[in-house]
Amino acid sequence: MSFTVPLSWYLVLSAIVFSIGVAGVLLRRNALVIFMCIEIMLSGVNLSFIAFSRFLHSMSGQIFFFFVMTVAAAEVAVGLAIILTIFRSRESVDVDEVNLLRG
Amino acid sequence: MELRFPEYDLGLLAPMLILVITGLVVLLADTFGRRRASGDRSFLAYLSLLGLLLTFYANSRLSGVVAAPFHGLLAIDAVAVFFNYVFLASSMLVVLMSISYGARHSMNVGEYYGLILFSTLGMMLMAAGGDLMTIFLGVEILSLNLYVLAGFLRGQARSNEAAMKYFLLGAFATGFLLYGISFLYGATGTTNLKAMGGFLKAAPAGNVSALLYVGMGLLIVGFGFKVTAVPFHMYTPDVYEGAPTSITAFLSAGPKAAGFAALVRVFSFALEGLHADWWGAFWLIAALTMTLGNILAIVQANIKRMLAYSSIAHAGYVLVALVASGGVGGAQRLGVSSVLFYTLAYTFFNLGAFAVVVAMGRGDRDQVGLADYAGLGYRRPWLALVMALFMVSLAGIPPTAGFVGKFVVFKSALNAGFVWLTIIAVLNSVVAVFYYLRVIVIMYMREPAAEMQAEAAGASFSGSLVIALILAVLGTLDLGLFPSRYLDLALRSVQALLG
Repeated sequence: MSFTVPLSWYLVLSAIVFSIGVAGVLLRRNALVIFMCIEIMLSGVNLSFIAFSRFLHSMSGQIFFFFVMTVAAAEVAVGLAIILTIFRSRESVDVDEVNLLRG
Repeated sequence: MELRFPEYDLGLLAPMLILVITGLVVLLADTFGRRRASGDRSFLAYLSLLGLLLTFYANSRLSGVVAAPFHGLLAIDAVAVFFNYVFLASSMLVVLMSISYGARHSMNVGEYYGLILFSTLGMMLMAAGGDLMTIFLGVEILSLNLYVLAGFLRGQARSNEAAMKYFLLGAFATGFLLYGISFLYGATGTTNLKAMGGFLKAAPAGNVSALLYVGMGLLIVGFGFKVTAVPFHMYTPDVYEGAPTSITAFLSAGPKAAGFAALVRVFSFALEGLHADWWGAFWLIAALTMTLGNILAIVQANIKRMLAYSSIAHAGYVLVALVASGGVGGAQRLGVSSVLFYTLAYTFFNLGAFAVVVAMGRGDRDQVGLADYAGLGYRRPWLALVMALFMVSLAGIPPTAGFVGKFVVFKSALNAGFVWLTIIAVLNSVVAVFYYLRVIVIMYMREPAAEMQAEAAGASFSGSLVIALILAVLGTLDLGLFPSRYLDLALRSVQALLG
C-alpha cells in the first residue's frame, strides 16, 4: 500500500523551519549565529519551493531553488567578510556591543 | 545530438551588457594600472562615467520597444527604460561626487566604481523584471554590492558597523521576500508576472487561495525593507550615518527607485486585480512612513541622519502614489506615472543635497553636524545658495521639482478617491517645511564658530563636484519649471505598457 505525503505537511514543516530561523535572528546576539539563522530561513523557503514544484508539476520551483542556493553562497562570501572587519576592530561579534551609531 | 542556441536580440540587453563590461574593464584597469607609480586613480571614475554615458545612449535607443525576451524573464518596455534613466542619473551624479570624496578618503579604487556599476545593473534587472526570479536576482545583485559599499571605509568602525547592520537586516528581509515569492508561486502556479496577472483575471472573483494573501504580506515586508518603509526602516538612519557620504547619497536615490520599480511591477501591474485587497496595507504603511519620517527628522542634529529620515518620509509620498495605482478607471495609469516622475525628481534634488554635504568635508573629516552649517551663507555663498535651493525643493515649494512631484502624487491620490491619505500627506509636507527651512535659517542667520571662520579661507571646490552640483540644480529647476515634458514621458511610458 502506498502512502503519499500531502502537500500541507511539507508546508507546515517549511513554516516551522522558517520560524525557527526568524526566532533565532530576533533572539540571538552573536552576528555569526544570526547569519546562520538567516540561512535556516532560506532552507525553509527552499523546502516550500520544492514542495510546490512537485505538487504543481512545474519546474520553476526547482530552478528557483538553485538560484536561492547560489545567491546564499554569494551572501556568505560578503557576509563573512563584513563580520570579519567588525571582529578585527573590536574582538567581538556581539551585535549589542556594536552601537556607535545611535540617534 | 545537435545543440541549438535560441536566438535572442542582444540589442535589448545592450544597456545591461555595457554596464557589466565597463565594470569589468574598470576592475582590470585598476589592477594593471597599479604597476604605475602615480597614486591618482581618478581616471577610473572617468572610465565609469564613460560607461554610464554609453549605457544612457543604449537605453535611449530602446524607447518604444515592448519585448519580453528569455521566455518572459525580462520585460523590456517603456517603464523599464524610464526607470533606467533614473538609475543612470543617480549613478552618474554619485560617481561625479565620489571623485573628490574618494581622493580625501583614499578610496578611489577600481572596486568602488565597479561595485557602483554592478549595483546599477541590479537595479535595471529589478525594473525590467518580467518574472519574480529576475526581480529576486536583481534585488540580490543590488544588495550584495551595497553591503560592501556601505562598509567601504574599512578602517572606520562606523562604516564597518553600517555594513554589518545593513547586511544582517537586508539578508533577513530577503528571507521574507523569498518566502512570499514561494507562496505566490504555490497559489498561482507560476513565477512569471504576466502569467500571474492572467491567472488572477481568469480566477473566479473572491476565490483565490489564502496562500496568495500570505505571500503578498511577506512580499510587502521584503520590499518594504528595500524602500525603507516604516516599520521596516529601523536600519536606515544608522546605515546612512555610518556609510561613506557618497554612498549614503547613492543608497537614498537609485536603490529606492529600484525598490519602487519592483513594487510597481508586482503590485500595480501583476497583482492589479487584487488592488482592493492590498491597498489597505499600503495605505497604513504610507501614512506611518510619512509621519514617522518627518517627525523624527525634526529632532536630528546630524545632517546625514536628518536626510535619512527625510528620505524615509519621501518614500512615504511615493507609497501614496502606489496606493492610488489601481482600482477605478485610469487610476493605475496616473498612479504609476506619478511614481515614475517622483523618483526622477527626487533623484536630482536629494543627490544635490548630499553633494553639498560632500563638499563641506575637509581632509578625511566630514562636517555633518547642523552647527557646521552656521554662517555658510557668508563663508561660501554659492554653496549655501544651492543648498537652499535643494532644501526648498525637498520641502516641496514652487518653482522646484519637489513641488511638481508632490503635486502629481497628491493629484493621483485624490483622483483615485483617497482623500484622507492626501490630507495626511499634505499635513506631513507642512511639518517637513519646518526642518528643511531650519537648515536655511542656520546657514544665513547664525554666526559660525570662530575656528570655522578661519577655515573658510581654504575652501576649494573640485571640478567634478561642481559639475555634479550644476547638474543637480539644472535637474531640479528643469523638472520644476518645465515639468510637462517629463510628465508626458512618464504617462506615455505607462500607457505603452497598458496598451
